[in-house]
Amino acid sequence: MIPLSWYLAVAAVLFVMGFYGVLARRNAIAILMGIELMLNSVNINLLAFWRYVHPTDVAGLVFAIIVITVAAAEAAVGLALFIALYRLRDTVNIDEVDLLKG
Amino acid sequence: MVLQGVFIIVSLFTLLSALMVVTHRNLFISALFLVSTFFGVAALYVLLEAEFLAVAQVLVYIGAIATLIIFAIMLSRGMMQGRTSPYNAQAMWAGIGSVVLGLLLLYVVAFQVDWPVTDAKVPADTISNLGAALVGHYVIPFEVASVLLLAALIGAVMIAREKEY
Repeated sequence: MIPLSWYLAVAAVLFVMGFYGVLARRNAIAILMGIELMLNSVNINLLAFWRYVHPTDVAGLVFAIIVITVAAAEAAVGLALFIALYRLRDTVNIDEVDLLKG
Repeated sequence: MVLQGVFIIVSLFTLLSALMVVTHRNLFISALFLVSTFFGVAALYVLLEAEFLAVAQVLVYIGAIATLIIFAIMLSRGMMQGRTSPYNAQAMWAGIGSVVLGLLLLYVVAFQVDWPVTDAKVPADTISNLGAALVGHYVIPFEVASVLLLAALIGAVMIAREKEY
């Protein structure tokens, strides 16, 4: 049997890598990839707690399914925004998208 | 024993792929490593006895989200060459902050808290219970998620279409 803390540790490291990807990358699509990594780590946590604390209650599974759904919707809209941005500004580097800067 | 070995191999594969996602210079290679990360996470779901979620993960994340990301990378192609550094100006502070956060999380979550772990088994009719719950007890989140998907669909098409001037 694999201890629960091992799953939580893997999810924590995955979350931190996604966190670093969001903060440190220059390309907007790379930032979105970091966000997807964070959402995956949250799902691992949800399912690990479901499996080890309440395996008879499907609430954990429902929550994870809703998280996957919301991640898909958000990725679609985000990428549409980046495509529109690229058409307008010819770049997706976040350093060069500073129209509102004072 | 074997299960623990399999877990260690799968999680090392996942974490190394995730590291390559956030550090590789070429954006397209990053997207391919993201696909392998999603596969690793699906394998972890199978180890957690959530097989339906594993299949849903492969179908939705790899089949839809990763494909969409690769499409978007292709459509903004000039940024893929990787001649310049992939990191922005605050990358060092981000790295320090991430390592601190990671150590804090690992210490607290994995080693400090006594989680109320039970020995109960996953029931054999979990998937039928899940289906019944999605249209029974959890019908409101289910319907709201479908409205959200409809809004995202319409919104994405409206935002990304070619404007005729």
